[in-house]
Amino acid sequence: MIVAVASGKGGTGKTTVTASLATVWNEPLVAVDLDVEEPNLHLFLHPTLEGSDLAHLEIPVLDKSRCTFCGACSELCQFKAISVMGKIVMTFPEMCHGCGGCIAICPEKALSPGTRELGEISWGRTGRDGQVGFLMGRLRVGEAMSPPFMRLVKAKLNAMLAASPRDAIIDAPPGVSCPAVNAVLDSDMILLVTEPTPFGFYDFQLAWEAFTPLEKPMGAVINRAGLGNDDIHHFCRDKAVPILAEIPYDRGIAEAYARGRVIAEVSPTLAATFGSLRDKIRALAEESRMREVAHA
Amino acid sequence: MREIVIISGKGGTGKTSLTGAFAHLAASKVICDLDVDAPDLHLLLRPERERTEEFHSGYEARIDPELCNRCGQCAALCRFGAIREGEEGFTVDPIRCEGCKVCVAFCPVDAIRFELKHCGEWYVSSTRFGPMVHAQLIPGAENSGRLVMVLKQQARDLAKAKGLDLVLCDGAPGIGCPVISSLSGTHLAVAVTEPTPSGRHDLERVADLCRHFQVAFAVIINKHDLNPDEAARIEAYCREKSYPVLARLPHDPVVTQAMIQGLVVTELPENAFSRELHQTWERIARLVNGVK
Repeated sequence: MIVAVASGKGGTGKTTVTASLATVWNEPLVAVDLDVEEPNLHLFLHPTLEGSDLAHLEIPVLDKSRCTFCGACSELCQFKAISVMGKIVMTFPEMCHGCGGCIAICPEKALSPGTRELGEISWGRTGRDGQVGFLMGRLRVGEAMSPPFMRLVKAKLNAMLAASPRDAIIDAPPGVSCPAVNAVLDSDMILLVTEPTPFGFYDFQLAWEAFTPLEKPMGAVINRAGLGNDDIHHFCRDKAVPILAEIPYDRGIAEAYARGRVIAEVSPTLAATFGSLRDKIRALAEESRMREVAHA
Repeated sequence: MREIVIISGKGGTGKTSLTGAFAHLAASKVICDLDVDAPDLHLLLRPERERTEEFHSGYEARIDPELCNRCGQCAALCRFGAIREGEEGFTVDPIRCEGCKVCVAFCPVDAIRFELKHCGEWYVSSTRFGPMVHAQLIPGAENSGRLVMVLKQQARDLAKAKGLDLVLCDGAPGIGCPVISSLSGTHLAVAVTEPTPSGRHDLERVADLCRHFQVAFAVIINKHDLNPDEAARIEAYCREKSYPVLARLPHDPVVTQAMIQGLVVTELPENAFSRELHQTWERIARLVNGVK
């Protein structure tokens, strides 16, 4: 089972929830940081890294001696990454999405695959006795495109899961556009972490709207409960999104987080909250799997 | 004309609440919400829309099953895993489609249509603090960077037309495409951080990003008292890199109280947090006027 922890609004507690679930998970697990722009999970799980790879995107490299300036490449490119003006060809590697179209369409074979570095993928172990697998992506500073990099991190996750089948919990980036959708796309269920403030509620609705077409089971975690109002509770009831856990608004929790603590380990009450969240996530995923089986 | 973008790296540090307060305190400006993906500034400023425009950007491939001869060339070429073969033939998954046109160009029977995508809307509005340019990307849509560029251009044109000398922008979290777009042509990036391991880590990445694009950078430490040790590490980092620290703001529920009322914190009755923000804004204004 792959669980994606997403949010809409940033700073609602995705990483806190992911790290806490990783510490209370009672089946084999990989904890994955797919918030590649600002990965933070390692700051709480302190993994021992065992390896890393630089990830690259395929971009075109021009062999000028073969080019006849026909312009087929620039005509096809939708991202203004290659342009032909008279007898000048310019490539803009930062704009390239790596579709491979220019290389495939060039009648003279004047374009060949080169690379642009997207970021670094690292993996290792964490948890007591190192029994929890760990995987993260860190986007290169200055790189604009996180989705192609996230696809490569997910490919690594698939390889890890194929080598040794286990559950995965994914810490997703904030927002509801392409990076967030990419992070949750291959999961079995989505956990939406929110806070009951007007900002939290507004972005929660956007997240619900963005993820509903994916037809995956969704559950909510309300962090800083008691801080704002009940709008999210009403919305969840209307849309039949189960609220799987509420974490109270408490300065002590905020301070523990600020010191880098995993909050499931701060008190027996919080440990119980996350233990119960873990069981409800399993039950929700199982229920939806049974429904699918019945459907088929 | 000057342009300021409030960013943070990490989400939830207080960018939007502070931008709202600065929109109240700044004298002559256009307000611009560049977090087009999950915009929240309108919840504080309650803009009245005066102009609405659709935002179309990028294309999406669609296979016509009547014309498709099921050769599979498109699926073989697609780098994004967007084309699948099912019982009803080949189909494009719109969520995975990158809009690269490769399948369209190579389809031997011209069975793939290429349609412009409606990605969202943008608005010019009026607020109690002045004109505002903002947008809403359709949830799940892409091209947020392009929409950011559209908003910035609109905000600049509006400022010029109205003789206003500042564009004040609320940015997006992260360091990716919308944030990079929001930095282009900006005079000053103000990063709002918090004294947590994530806050400091993400601040350093967003600072590196601004350095990469040669944008002047200054820092506000919000929720300063949550972890004094971490706050001291952020101060030391800023000293080392010569980034001005513009304010050390306390963790104060008054910010959420204002949000719940649809107000910015400086509109609430006299409070310590707001007094601090008045001084912060003066420092920002001085700083941005000094940037070349």
